[in-house]
Amino acid sequence: MEFREGLLYTESHEWVKEEGDTVTIGISDYAQCQMKDVVYVEMPEIGAEFKKGDSIGVVESVKTVADIYSPVSGKVVETNLALKDHPQFINEDPFGKGWIVKIAVRDKGELKGMLSAKDYRKSLPEE
Amino acid sequence: MGDFSRYIPHTEADCRDMLESIGVQKVEDLFKAIPEKYRMKGTLNLPEPLSEPDLLRRLQALQSPAVPGDGSSHFLGAGAYHHFIPSVVSSLISRSEFYTAYTPYQPEISQGTLQAIFEYQTLICQLTGMEVSNASMYDGASSLAEAVLMSQRMTKRKKVLLSQAVHPEYQTVIRTYIDPDQQEIVTIPYNKKEGRTDEEALSRLLSEEVGAVVLQSPNFFGVIEDLGPIGEKVHRAGGLLIAGFSEALAYGILAPPGVSGADIVAGEGQSLGIPVSFGGPYLGILTTQEKYVRNMPGRLVGETVDLDGKRGFVLTLATREQHIRREKATSNICTNEGLCALMATIYLSCLGKEGLREVALMNLSKAEYAKKAVSKVKGCSLAFSSPTFNEFVIKIEREPEEVLKVLAKDKILGGLSLARFYPELNRHLLVTVTEMVMKKEIDCWADALERALK
Repeated sequence: MEFREGLLYTESHEWVKEEGDTVTIGISDYAQCQMKDVVYVEMPEIGAEFKKGDSIGVVESVKTVADIYSPVSGKVVETNLALKDHPQFINEDPFGKGWIVKIAVRDKGELKGMLSAKDYRKSLPEE
Repeated sequence: MGDFSRYIPHTEADCRDMLESIGVQKVEDLFKAIPEKYRMKGTLNLPEPLSEPDLLRRLQALQSPAVPGDGSSHFLGAGAYHHFIPSVVSSLISRSEFYTAYTPYQPEISQGTLQAIFEYQTLICQLTGMEVSNASMYDGASSLAEAVLMSQRMTKRKKVLLSQAVHPEYQTVIRTYIDPDQQEIVTIPYNKKEGRTDEEALSRLLSEEVGAVVLQSPNFFGVIEDLGPIGEKVHRAGGLLIAGFSEALAYGILAPPGVSGADIVAGEGQSLGIPVSFGGPYLGILTTQEKYVRNMPGRLVGETVDLDGKRGFVLTLATREQHIRREKATSNICTNEGLCALMATIYLSCLGKEGLREVALMNLSKAEYAKKAVSKVKGCSLAFSSPTFNEFVIKIEREPEEVLKVLAKDKILGGLSLARFYPELNRHLLVTVTEMVMKKEIDCWADALERALK
Protein backbone atom coordinates (compact mmCIF):
# COMPACT_ATOMS: atom_id res chain seq x y z
CA MET A 1 0.00 0.00 0.00
CA GLU A 2 1.27 3.40 -0.94
CA PHE A 3 1.33 6.53 1.20
CA ARG A 4 2.58 9.00 -1.38
CA GLU A 5 4.87 11.70 -0.02
CA GLY A 6 4.26 15.35 -0.84
CA LEU A 7 0.49 15.09 -0.52
CA LEU A 8 -1.75 16.10 2.36
CA TYR A 9 -4.30 13.70 3.84
CA THR A 10 -7.53 13.87 5.83
CA GLU A 11 -8.83 11.52 8.49
CA SER A 12 -11.74 10.76 6.15
CA HIS A 13 -9.17 9.34 3.67
CA GLU A 14 -9.03 12.03 0.98
CA TRP A 15 -5.68 13.18 -0.39
CA VAL A 16 -4.96 16.75 -1.49
CA LYS A 17 -2.30 18.02 -3.87
CA GLU A 18 -1.54 21.71 -3.77
CA GLU A 19 -0.99 23.41 -7.14
CA GLY A 20 -0.96 27.19 -6.82
CA ASP A 21 -4.44 28.40 -6.00
CA THR A 22 -6.15 25.12 -6.74
CA VAL A 23 -6.02 21.70 -5.12
CA THR A 24 -6.61 18.29 -6.64
CA ILE A 25 -8.57 15.85 -4.50
CA GLY A 26 -8.78 12.06 -4.59
CA ILE A 27 -9.15 9.17 -2.18
CA SER A 28 -6.17 7.40 -0.64
CA ASP A 29 -4.77 4.01 -1.63
CA TYR A 30 -5.86 2.75 1.78
CA ALA A 31 -9.44 3.94 1.14
CA GLN A 32 -9.69 2.31 -2.30
CA CYS A 33 -8.31 -0.96 -0.83
CA GLN A 34 -10.99 -0.93 1.85
CA MET A 35 -13.79 -0.16 -0.59
CA LYS A 36 -12.83 -2.81 -3.16
CA ASP A 37 -13.95 -2.45 -6.80
CA VAL A 38 -15.30 1.02 -7.50
CA VAL A 39 -18.26 0.93 -9.90
CA TYR A 40 -19.51 4.51 -9.98
CA VAL A 41 -18.35 7.99 -9.02
CA GLU A 42 -20.75 10.86 -8.51
CA MET A 43 -19.04 14.22 -9.02
CA PRO A 44 -20.08 17.82 -8.32
CA GLU A 45 -20.93 20.32 -11.06
CA ILE A 46 -18.29 22.76 -12.27
CA GLY A 47 -18.76 26.07 -10.47
CA ALA A 48 -20.45 24.55 -7.43
CA GLU A 49 -19.22 26.05 -4.15
CA PHE A 50 -18.48 24.02 -1.06
CA LYS A 51 -17.45 24.61 2.51
CA LYS A 52 -14.79 22.57 4.22
CA GLY A 53 -16.36 19.28 5.36
CA ASP A 54 -19.23 19.32 2.83
CA SER A 55 -19.90 16.21 0.79
CA ILE A 56 -18.73 16.94 -2.77
CA GLY A 57 -19.40 13.56 -4.28
CA VAL A 58 -19.90 9.87 -3.79
CA VAL A 59 -17.75 6.85 -4.52
CA GLU A 60 -19.73 3.65 -4.99
CA SER A 61 -18.11 0.23 -4.89
CA VAL A 62 -19.49 -3.29 -4.98
CA LYS A 63 -19.38 -3.24 -1.20
CA THR A 64 -20.47 0.20 -0.11
CA VAL A 65 -21.11 3.82 -0.97
CA ALA A 66 -18.95 6.52 0.63
CA ASP A 67 -19.09 10.30 0.56
CA ILE A 68 -16.13 12.38 -0.51
CA TYR A 69 -15.71 15.30 1.89
CA SER A 70 -14.10 18.51 0.75
CA PRO A 71 -10.98 19.21 2.84
CA VAL A 72 -11.16 22.91 1.87
CA SER A 73 -13.70 25.64 1.09
CA GLY A 74 -13.88 26.79 -2.51
CA LYS A 75 -15.28 26.39 -5.98
CA VAL A 76 -15.12 23.36 -8.26
CA VAL A 77 -13.03 24.12 -11.38
CA GLU A 78 -12.66 20.68 -12.92
CA THR A 79 -13.85 17.11 -12.44
CA ASN A 80 -12.30 13.90 -13.74
CA LEU A 81 -14.71 12.98 -16.53
CA ALA A 82 -12.72 9.85 -17.35
CA LEU A 83 -14.11 8.31 -14.15
CA LYS A 84 -17.60 8.18 -15.69
CA ASP A 85 -16.54 5.39 -18.02
CA HIS A 86 -13.55 4.14 -16.03
CA PRO A 87 -14.39 4.23 -12.32
CA GLN A 88 -11.75 1.51 -11.86
CA PHE A 89 -9.04 4.20 -12.25
CA ILE A 90 -9.63 4.88 -8.55
CA ASN A 91 -8.50 1.33 -7.75
CA GLU A 92 -5.75 1.17 -10.32
CA ASP A 93 -4.12 4.55 -9.80
CA PRO A 94 -5.67 6.40 -6.83
CA PHE A 95 -3.03 9.17 -6.81
CA GLY A 96 -2.88 9.63 -10.60
CA LYS A 97 -5.61 8.77 -13.11
CA GLY A 98 -8.02 8.29 -10.22
CA TRP A 99 -8.09 11.93 -9.13
CA ILE A 100 -11.66 13.15 -8.61
CA VAL A 101 -12.03 16.92 -8.47
CA LYS A 102 -10.08 20.20 -8.59
CA ILE A 103 -11.12 23.04 -6.35
CA ALA A 104 -10.07 26.73 -6.33
CA VAL A 105 -9.22 27.26 -2.68
CA ARG A 106 -10.67 30.24 -0.86
CA ASP A 107 -8.47 30.10 2.25
CA LYS A 108 -5.15 28.27 2.08
CA GLY A 109 -4.99 28.39 5.87
CA GLU A 110 -7.40 25.46 5.87
CA LEU A 111 -4.64 23.21 4.50
CA LYS A 112 -2.58 23.69 7.63
CA GLY A 113 -4.56 21.27 9.78
CA MET A 114 -4.14 18.36 7.36
CA LEU A 115 -1.97 15.29 7.83
CA SER A 116 1.36 14.44 6.21
CA ALA A 117 1.80 11.01 4.60
CA LYS A 118 3.58 9.82 7.75
CA ASP A 119 0.95 11.12 10.16
CA TYR A 120 -1.86 9.76 8.01
CA ARG A 121 -0.26 6.33 8.07
CA LYS A 122 0.01 6.53 11.86
CA SER A 123 -3.67 7.52 12.17
CA LEU A 124 -4.79 4.26 10.53
CA PRO A 125 -5.67 1.20 12.62
CA GLU A 126 -2.89 -1.39 12.83
CA GLU A 127 -3.54 -4.25 10.45
CA MET B 1 -58.61 -35.44 -28.67
CA GLY B 2 -60.60 -32.23 -28.45
CA ASP B 3 -61.22 -30.39 -25.17
CA PHE B 4 -60.54 -33.56 -23.25
CA SER B 5 -56.80 -33.09 -23.71
CA ARG B 6 -56.82 -29.69 -21.99
CA TYR B 7 -56.84 -31.37 -18.60
CA ILE B 8 -54.61 -34.34 -19.42
CA PRO B 9 -50.88 -33.89 -19.78
CA HIS B 10 -50.37 -36.56 -22.49
CA THR B 11 -49.69 -35.33 -25.98
CA GLU B 12 -51.30 -36.91 -29.02
CA ALA B 13 -47.98 -38.64 -29.76
CA ASP B 14 -47.94 -40.10 -26.23
CA CYS B 15 -51.41 -41.52 -26.71
CA ARG B 16 -50.54 -42.96 -30.11
CA ASP B 17 -47.50 -44.69 -28.64
CA MET B 18 -49.52 -46.20 -25.84
CA LEU B 19 -52.30 -47.39 -28.16
CA GLU B 20 -49.77 -48.88 -30.53
CA SER B 21 -47.95 -50.85 -27.87
CA ILE B 22 -51.16 -52.47 -26.66
CA GLY B 23 -52.24 -53.08 -30.26
CA VAL B 24 -55.37 -50.95 -30.68
CA GLN B 25 -56.04 -48.10 -33.04
CA LYS B 26 -58.07 -45.57 -31.09
CA VAL B 27 -59.20 -44.90 -27.54
CA GLU B 28 -62.78 -45.99 -28.34
CA ASP B 29 -61.44 -49.50 -29.11
CA LEU B 30 -60.67 -49.88 -25.41
CA PHE B 31 -64.38 -49.90 -24.68
CA LYS B 32 -65.24 -52.67 -27.14
CA ALA B 33 -66.03 -55.04 -24.27
CA ILE B 34 -69.12 -52.96 -23.50
CA PRO B 35 -72.02 -53.93 -25.77
CA GLU B 36 -72.88 -51.26 -28.28
CA LYS B 37 -76.36 -50.58 -26.90
CA TYR B 38 -75.02 -49.71 -23.43
CA ARG B 39 -72.55 -47.21 -24.76
CA MET B 40 -73.35 -43.53 -24.51
CA LYS B 41 -73.80 -41.70 -27.79
CA GLY B 42 -73.38 -37.98 -28.25
CA THR B 43 -72.25 -35.60 -25.55
CA LEU B 44 -72.85 -35.45 -21.84
CA ASN B 45 -76.00 -33.79 -20.67
CA LEU B 46 -74.25 -30.73 -19.25
CA PRO B 47 -74.88 -27.02 -19.67
CA GLU B 48 -72.57 -24.95 -21.89
CA PRO B 49 -69.15 -24.20 -20.38
CA LEU B 50 -68.77 -20.95 -18.43
CA SER B 51 -65.86 -18.57 -18.10
CA GLU B 52 -64.13 -18.52 -14.72
CA PRO B 53 -65.82 -15.30 -13.50
CA ASP B 54 -69.26 -16.57 -14.59
CA LEU B 55 -68.71 -19.95 -12.98
CA LEU B 56 -67.67 -18.35 -9.69
CA ARG B 57 -70.70 -16.05 -9.80
CA ARG B 58 -72.95 -19.06 -10.40
CA LEU B 59 -71.47 -21.03 -7.51
CA GLN B 60 -71.70 -18.05 -5.20
CA ALA B 61 -75.36 -17.67 -6.09
CA LEU B 62 -75.90 -21.35 -5.29
CA GLN B 63 -74.26 -21.08 -1.89
CA SER B 64 -75.90 -17.80 -0.89
CA PRO B 65 -78.96 -19.29 0.92
CA ALA B 66 -76.61 -21.06 3.30
CA VAL B 67 -73.76 -18.55 3.39
CA PRO B 68 -75.17 -15.06 2.97
CA GLY B 69 -72.99 -13.51 0.28
CA ASP B 70 -72.61 -9.79 -0.04
CA GLY B 71 -74.71 -9.49 -3.20
CA SER B 72 -74.13 -5.77 -3.50
CA SER B 73 -73.47 -3.90 -6.72
CA HIS B 74 -70.21 -1.97 -6.52
CA PHE B 75 -69.81 1.47 -8.03
CA LEU B 76 -67.00 2.47 -5.67
CA GLY B 77 -63.38 2.91 -6.67
CA ALA B 78 -61.34 6.04 -5.99
CA GLY B 79 -58.06 4.18 -5.56
CA ALA B 80 -59.39 0.75 -4.52
CA TYR B 81 -60.85 -1.27 -7.37
CA HIS B 82 -63.14 -4.26 -7.50
CA HIS B 83 -61.62 -6.43 -10.22
CA PHE B 84 -61.81 -10.09 -11.03
CA ILE B 85 -58.90 -12.10 -9.64
CA PRO B 86 -58.29 -15.47 -11.33
CA SER B 87 -58.21 -18.33 -8.82
CA VAL B 88 -54.67 -19.21 -9.87
CA VAL B 89 -53.37 -16.08 -8.10
CA SER B 90 -54.47 -17.03 -4.58
CA SER B 91 -53.74 -20.69 -5.25
CA LEU B 92 -50.09 -20.01 -6.15
CA ILE B 93 -49.33 -17.37 -3.53
CA SER B 94 -50.76 -19.64 -0.83
CA ARG B 95 -47.68 -21.83 -1.13
CA SER B 96 -45.94 -21.46 2.20
CA GLU B 97 -42.57 -20.77 0.54
CA PHE B 98 -44.10 -17.49 -0.61
CA TYR B 99 -46.49 -16.33 2.04
CA THR B 100 -44.35 -16.94 5.08
CA ALA B 101 -41.26 -15.29 3.64
CA TYR B 102 -40.13 -11.86 4.76
CA THR B 103 -37.36 -9.93 2.98
CA PRO B 104 -34.62 -12.50 2.53
CA TYR B 105 -31.65 -11.31 4.57
CA GLN B 106 -29.31 -13.41 2.52
CA PRO B 107 -31.15 -12.61 -0.67
CA GLU B 108 -29.10 -14.66 -3.12
CA ILE B 109 -30.03 -17.87 -1.35
CA SER B 110 -33.67 -17.23 -2.32
CA GLN B 111 -33.28 -17.48 -6.07
CA GLY B 112 -37.00 -18.15 -6.55
CA THR B 113 -38.02 -14.98 -4.74
CA LEU B 114 -35.45 -12.95 -6.66
CA GLN B 115 -36.56 -14.39 -9.98
CA ALA B 116 -40.21 -13.61 -9.20
CA ILE B 117 -39.24 -10.01 -8.41
CA PHE B 118 -37.14 -9.82 -11.58
CA GLU B 119 -40.14 -10.96 -13.64
CA TYR B 120 -42.30 -8.43 -11.77
CA GLN B 121 -39.88 -5.63 -12.72
CA THR B 122 -39.95 -6.68 -16.37
CA LEU B 123 -43.76 -6.80 -16.52
CA ILE B 124 -44.13 -3.45 -14.77
CA CYS B 125 -41.65 -1.82 -17.17
CA GLN B 126 -43.71 -3.12 -20.09
CA LEU B 127 -46.93 -1.87 -18.50
CA THR B 128 -45.64 1.65 -17.79
CA GLY B 129 -43.36 1.99 -20.82
CA MET B 130 -40.34 2.72 -18.64
CA GLU B 131 -36.81 1.28 -18.48
CA VAL B 132 -36.36 0.39 -14.82
CA SER B 133 -38.75 -0.69 -12.08
CA ASN B 134 -37.77 -1.14 -8.47
CA ALA B 135 -38.79 -4.27 -6.57
CA SER B 136 -42.00 -2.53 -5.38
CA MET B 137 -42.93 -0.22 -2.54
CA TYR B 138 -45.53 0.08 0.21
CA ASP B 139 -48.48 1.51 -1.73
CA GLY B 140 -49.44 3.99 -4.44
CA ALA B 141 -49.43 7.06 -2.21
CA SER B 142 -46.00 6.41 -0.69
CA SER B 143 -44.58 5.50 -4.11
CA LEU B 144 -45.69 8.82 -5.52
CA ALA B 145 -44.27 10.61 -2.48
CA GLU B 146 -40.94 8.79 -2.96
CA ALA B 147 -40.99 9.93 -6.59
CA VAL B 148 -41.30 13.53 -5.38
CA LEU B 149 -38.32 13.09 -3.02
CA MET B 150 -36.38 11.43 -5.84
CA SER B 151 -36.98 14.42 -8.14
CA GLN B 152 -35.38 16.71 -5.57
CA ARG B 153 -32.27 14.52 -5.42
CA MET B 154 -32.07 14.68 -9.20
CA THR B 155 -32.78 18.36 -9.88
CA LYS B 156 -31.86 20.01 -6.54
CA ARG B 157 -34.76 22.35 -7.27
CA LYS B 158 -37.16 23.38 -4.58
CA LYS B 159 -40.62 23.71 -6.09
CA VAL B 160 -42.98 20.86 -6.88
CA LEU B 161 -46.16 21.52 -8.84
CA LEU B 162 -48.84 19.10 -7.69
CA SER B 163 -52.08 18.73 -9.61
CA GLN B 164 -55.25 19.13 -7.58
CA ALA B 165 -56.65 16.21 -9.58
CA VAL B 166 -54.15 13.77 -8.02
CA HIS B 167 -55.84 11.42 -5.51
CA PRO B 168 -56.39 13.70 -2.45
CA GLU B 169 -55.00 11.08 -0.07
CA TYR B 170 -51.86 10.72 -2.20
CA GLN B 171 -51.52 14.52 -2.00
CA THR B 172 -51.68 14.35 1.78
CA VAL B 173 -49.04 11.62 1.92
CA ILE B 174 -46.74 13.68 -0.36
CA ARG B 175 -47.11 16.69 1.95
CA THR B 176 -46.28 14.48 4.94
CA TYR B 177 -43.20 12.97 3.27
CA ILE B 178 -41.41 16.06 2.01
CA ASP B 179 -38.94 18.06 4.03
CA PRO B 180 -40.28 21.65 3.95
CA ASP B 181 -36.67 22.94 4.05
CA GLN B 182 -35.93 21.11 0.81
CA GLN B 183 -39.17 21.23 -1.11
CA GLU B 184 -42.25 23.38 -1.47
CA ILE B 185 -45.56 22.14 -2.87
CA VAL B 186 -47.57 24.40 -5.16
CA THR B 187 -51.02 23.23 -6.24
CA ILE B 188 -52.10 23.34 -9.90
CA PRO B 189 -55.91 23.71 -10.04
CA TYR B 190 -58.05 21.51 -12.25
CA ASN B 191 -60.13 22.82 -15.14
CA LYS B 192 -63.69 23.02 -13.83
CA LYS B 193 -65.25 22.08 -17.17
CA GLU B 194 -62.89 19.39 -18.38
CA GLY B 195 -61.83 17.81 -15.09
CA ARG B 196 -58.22 17.83 -16.27
CA THR B 197 -55.28 19.62 -14.75
CA ASP B 198 -55.48 23.25 -15.87
CA GLU B 199 -52.73 23.56 -18.48
CA GLU B 200 -52.74 27.34 -18.58
CA ALA B 201 -52.31 27.55 -14.83
CA LEU B 202 -49.52 24.98 -15.10
CA SER B 203 -47.71 27.08 -17.70
CA ARG B 204 -48.00 30.16 -15.49
CA LEU B 205 -46.59 28.33 -12.47
CA LEU B 206 -43.75 26.67 -14.37
CA SER B 207 -40.32 28.24 -13.81
CA GLU B 208 -36.64 27.40 -13.44
CA GLU B 209 -37.28 26.72 -9.77
CA VAL B 210 -39.68 23.87 -10.52
CA GLY B 211 -38.06 20.48 -10.07
CA ALA B 212 -41.08 18.34 -10.86
CA VAL B 213 -44.67 18.42 -12.00
CA VAL B 214 -46.87 15.71 -10.54
CA LEU B 215 -49.95 14.54 -12.43
CA GLN B 216 -52.11 11.47 -12.24
CA SER B 217 -53.62 9.77 -15.27
CA PRO B 218 -56.38 8.70 -15.21
CA ASN B 219 -56.74 11.33 -12.50
CA PHE B 220 -58.89 11.19 -9.37
CA PHE B 221 -61.96 12.17 -11.42
CA GLY B 222 -61.24 9.31 -13.80
CA VAL B 223 -60.22 11.76 -16.50
CA ILE B 224 -57.29 10.96 -18.79
CA GLU B 225 -54.63 13.68 -18.67
CA ASP B 226 -52.83 14.84 -21.78
CA LEU B 227 -49.35 13.94 -20.55
CA GLY B 228 -47.40 14.41 -23.80
CA PRO B 229 -47.66 18.20 -24.29
CA ILE B 230 -47.36 18.82 -20.54
CA GLY B 231 -44.19 16.71 -20.43
CA GLU B 232 -42.67 18.79 -23.22
CA LYS B 233 -43.40 22.02 -21.36
CA VAL B 234 -41.94 20.69 -18.13
CA HIS B 235 -38.78 19.44 -19.85
CA ARG B 236 -38.27 22.81 -21.57
CA ALA B 237 -38.20 24.37 -18.11
CA GLY B 238 -35.63 21.77 -17.02
CA GLY B 239 -38.00 19.95 -14.68
CA LEU B 240 -39.19 16.37 -14.47
CA LEU B 241 -42.62 14.93 -15.20
CA ILE B 242 -43.88 12.53 -12.56
CA ALA B 243 -46.88 10.51 -13.71
CA GLY B 244 -48.94 8.97 -10.92
CA PHE B 245 -51.77 6.50 -11.21
CA SER B 246 -54.23 4.69 -8.98
CA GLU B 247 -55.79 2.45 -11.64
CA ALA B 248 -52.97 0.42 -13.22
CA LEU B 249 -55.40 -1.51 -15.43
CA ALA B 250 -55.99 1.62 -17.51
CA TYR B 251 -52.62 1.00 -19.17
CA GLY B 252 -54.13 -2.07 -20.78
CA ILE B 253 -55.46 0.34 -23.42
CA LEU B 254 -54.00 3.77 -22.66
CA ALA B 255 -50.60 4.71 -24.04
CA PRO B 256 -48.16 4.01 -21.20
CA PRO B 257 -46.87 7.18 -19.47
CA GLY B 258 -43.30 6.32 -20.49
CA VAL B 259 -44.26 6.95 -24.11
CA SER B 260 -45.56 10.40 -23.15
CA GLY B 261 -42.18 11.41 -21.75
CA ALA B 262 -42.68 10.79 -18.04
CA ASP B 263 -39.39 10.67 -16.08
CA ILE B 264 -40.84 8.81 -13.12
CA VAL B 265 -44.03 6.76 -13.11
CA ALA B 266 -45.37 5.84 -9.67
CA GLY B 267 -48.66 4.56 -8.37
CA GLU B 268 -50.88 1.82 -7.07
CA GLY B 269 -50.83 -1.79 -8.28
CA GLN B 270 -53.86 -3.10 -6.34
CA SER B 271 -55.86 -3.53 -9.55
CA LEU B 272 -53.41 -6.21 -10.71
CA GLY B 273 -54.76 -9.22 -8.88
CA ILE B 274 -54.80 -7.89 -5.31
CA PRO B 275 -58.10 -7.87 -3.40
CA VAL B 276 -59.53 -4.66 -1.94
CA SER B 277 -59.28 -6.20 1.56
CA PHE B 278 -60.12 -3.25 3.86
CA GLY B 279 -57.46 -1.02 2.34
CA GLY B 280 -54.34 -3.14 2.32
CA PRO B 281 -51.78 -4.56 1.89
CA TYR B 282 -51.45 -2.91 -1.50
CA LEU B 283 -48.61 -2.55 -3.97
CA GLY B 284 -46.51 0.54 -4.67
CA ILE B 285 -45.13 0.70 -8.19
CA LEU B 286 -42.18 2.95 -9.05
CA THR B 287 -40.44 3.07 -12.40
CA THR B 288 -38.00 5.44 -14.06
CA GLN B 289 -35.44 5.79 -16.84
CA GLU B 290 -32.14 3.96 -16.56
CA LYS B 291 -30.08 7.15 -16.25
CA TYR B 292 -31.89 7.97 -12.98
CA VAL B 293 -31.47 4.54 -11.43
CA ARG B 294 -28.99 5.68 -8.76
CA ASN B 295 -31.56 8.07 -7.37
CA MET B 296 -34.31 5.49 -7.24
CA PRO B 297 -35.48 4.37 -3.78
CA GLY B 298 -35.75 0.75 -2.75
CA ARG B 299 -34.16 -2.35 -4.10
CA LEU B 300 -33.69 -3.79 -7.51
CA VAL B 301 -33.11 -7.35 -8.68
CA GLY B 302 -30.68 -7.94 -11.52
CA GLU B 303 -29.90 -10.90 -13.71
CA THR B 304 -26.38 -12.31 -13.87
CA VAL B 305 -24.43 -15.51 -14.43
CA ASP B 306 -22.67 -17.57 -11.77
CA LEU B 307 -19.15 -19.02 -11.89
CA ASP B 308 -20.33 -21.87 -14.12
CA GLY B 309 -22.09 -19.48 -16.49
CA LYS B 310 -25.57 -20.40 -15.26
CA ARG B 311 -28.30 -17.76 -15.10
CA GLY B 312 -28.91 -16.34 -11.62
CA PHE B 313 -30.38 -13.35 -9.82
CA VAL B 314 -28.84 -10.85 -7.38
CA LEU B 315 -29.78 -7.69 -5.56
CA THR B 316 -28.43 -4.81 -7.61
CA LEU B 317 -27.51 -1.31 -6.40
CA ALA B 318 -28.25 -2.36 -2.82
CA THR B 319 -25.27 -0.26 -1.71
CA ARG B 320 -27.58 2.77 -1.65
CA GLU B 321 -30.04 1.15 0.73
CA GLN B 322 -30.42 1.83 4.39
CA HIS B 323 -28.54 -1.19 5.74
CA ILE B 324 -25.38 0.17 4.10
CA ARG B 325 -25.96 3.91 3.67
CA ARG B 326 -27.82 4.44 6.94
CA GLU B 327 -29.25 7.99 7.12
CA LYS B 328 -27.86 8.76 3.66
CA ALA B 329 -29.81 5.98 1.95
CA THR B 330 -31.95 7.00 -1.03
CA SER B 331 -34.94 6.08 1.12
CA ASN B 332 -35.56 4.80 4.61
CA ILE B 333 -39.21 4.04 4.07
CA CYS B 334 -39.23 1.76 1.07
CA THR B 335 -41.01 -1.37 2.25
CA ASN B 336 -41.01 -3.96 -0.51
CA GLU B 337 -44.39 -5.69 -0.91
CA GLY B 338 -42.99 -9.05 -2.00
CA LEU B 339 -46.17 -11.10 -1.81
CA CYS B 340 -48.34 -8.43 -3.46
CA ALA B 341 -45.72 -7.98 -6.17
CA LEU B 342 -45.90 -11.72 -6.74
CA MET B 343 -49.70 -11.50 -7.03
CA ALA B 344 -49.34 -8.80 -9.68
CA THR B 345 -46.75 -10.91 -11.50
CA ILE B 346 -49.02 -13.96 -11.60
CA TYR B 347 -52.03 -11.84 -12.58
CA LEU B 348 -50.21 -10.10 -15.43
CA SER B 349 -48.58 -13.24 -16.76
CA CYS B 350 -51.80 -15.26 -16.76
CA LEU B 351 -53.77 -12.49 -18.47
CA GLY B 352 -51.05 -11.70 -20.98
CA LYS B 353 -50.99 -8.67 -23.23
CA GLU B 354 -54.25 -9.57 -24.96
CA GLY B 355 -56.09 -10.49 -21.78
CA LEU B 356 -55.09 -7.26 -20.09
CA ARG B 357 -56.31 -5.30 -23.07
CA GLU B 358 -59.61 -7.18 -23.03
CA VAL B 359 -60.21 -6.49 -19.34
CA ALA B 360 -59.33 -2.82 -19.84
CA LEU B 361 -61.72 -2.61 -22.79
CA MET B 362 -64.49 -4.20 -20.72
CA ASN B 363 -63.96 -1.54 -18.06
CA LEU B 364 -64.04 1.23 -20.62
CA SER B 365 -67.14 0.03 -22.44
CA LYS B 366 -69.12 -0.70 -19.27
CA ALA B 367 -68.24 2.72 -17.89
CA GLU B 368 -69.29 4.31 -21.18
CA TYR B 369 -72.58 2.41 -21.02
CA ALA B 370 -73.12 3.69 -17.48
CA LYS B 371 -72.34 7.25 -18.59
CA LYS B 372 -74.98 6.94 -21.28
CA ALA B 373 -77.51 5.45 -18.87
CA VAL B 374 -76.97 8.15 -16.29
CA SER B 375 -77.22 11.04 -18.74
CA LYS B 376 -80.84 9.98 -19.40
CA VAL B 377 -81.67 10.31 -15.70
CA LYS B 378 -83.47 13.53 -14.80
CA GLY B 379 -81.60 15.67 -12.27
CA CYS B 380 -78.31 14.02 -13.08
CA SER B 381 -75.52 14.94 -15.51
CA LEU B 382 -71.88 14.25 -16.27
CA ALA B 383 -69.68 16.78 -14.48
CA PHE B 384 -66.71 16.86 -16.87
CA SER B 385 -66.35 16.73 -20.64
CA SER B 386 -62.95 14.97 -21.02
CA PRO B 387 -62.50 11.28 -21.88
CA THR B 388 -62.39 8.85 -18.97
CA PHE B 389 -61.44 5.23 -18.34
CA ASN B 390 -63.55 3.35 -15.78
CA GLU B 391 -64.40 6.25 -13.46
CA PHE B 392 -66.34 9.45 -13.93
CA VAL B 393 -67.99 12.21 -11.91
CA ILE B 394 -71.72 12.89 -11.99
CA LYS B 395 -73.56 15.95 -10.74
CA ILE B 396 -76.88 15.35 -8.99
CA GLU B 397 -79.58 17.71 -7.82
CA ARG B 398 -79.88 16.36 -4.31
CA GLU B 399 -77.64 15.90 -1.26
CA PRO B 400 -75.26 13.04 -2.33
CA GLU B 401 -75.30 11.31 1.07
CA GLU B 402 -79.11 11.08 0.94
CA VAL B 403 -79.01 9.67 -2.58
CA LEU B 404 -76.41 7.08 -1.56
CA LYS B 405 -78.64 6.01 1.33
CA VAL B 406 -81.54 5.40 -1.03
CA LEU B 407 -79.29 3.34 -3.30
CA ALA B 408 -77.86 1.37 -0.38
CA LYS B 409 -81.39 0.13 0.41
CA ASP B 410 -81.27 -1.67 -2.95
CA LYS B 411 -77.84 -3.07 -2.09
CA ILE B 412 -76.13 -0.64 -4.44
CA LEU B 413 -72.89 1.02 -3.35
CA GLY B 414 -73.66 3.91 -5.66
CA GLY B 415 -70.47 5.99 -5.67
CA LEU B 416 -68.32 8.28 -3.55
CA SER B 417 -69.46 11.72 -2.46
CA LEU B 418 -66.69 14.17 -3.35
CA ALA B 419 -67.59 16.93 -0.85
CA ARG B 420 -65.08 15.77 1.76
CA PHE B 421 -62.19 16.14 -0.69
CA TYR B 422 -63.44 19.05 -2.84
CA PRO B 423 -65.90 21.36 -1.01
CA GLU B 424 -66.95 22.92 -4.33
CA LEU B 425 -68.03 19.49 -5.61
CA ASN B 426 -70.73 19.10 -2.96
CA ARG B 427 -73.38 17.73 -5.35
CA HIS B 428 -71.05 15.27 -7.02
CA LEU B 429 -70.45 11.55 -6.97
CA LEU B 430 -67.37 9.72 -8.22
CA VAL B 431 -68.63 6.56 -9.93
CA THR B 432 -66.52 3.51 -10.84
CA VAL B 433 -67.60 0.78 -13.23
CA THR B 434 -65.29 -2.22 -13.52
CA GLU B 435 -65.63 -5.46 -15.45
CA MET B 436 -67.28 -6.94 -12.33
CA VAL B 437 -70.44 -4.88 -12.79
CA MET B 438 -73.09 -6.55 -14.97
CA LYS B 439 -75.15 -4.65 -17.49
CA LYS B 440 -78.35 -5.26 -15.52
CA GLU B 441 -76.66 -3.87 -12.39
CA ILE B 442 -75.90 -0.66 -14.29
CA ASP B 443 -79.55 -0.46 -15.34
CA CYS B 444 -80.70 -0.99 -11.74
CA TRP B 445 -78.27 1.68 -10.56
CA ALA B 446 -79.60 4.20 -13.09
CA ASP B 447 -83.19 3.33 -12.12
CA ALA B 448 -82.42 3.75 -8.44
CA LEU B 449 -80.79 7.13 -9.14
CA GLU B 450 -83.89 8.19 -11.03
CA ARG B 451 -86.10 7.25 -8.08
CA ALA B 452 -83.81 8.96 -5.60
CA LEU B 453 -83.81 12.19 -7.59
CA LYS B 454 -87.56 12.36 -8.13
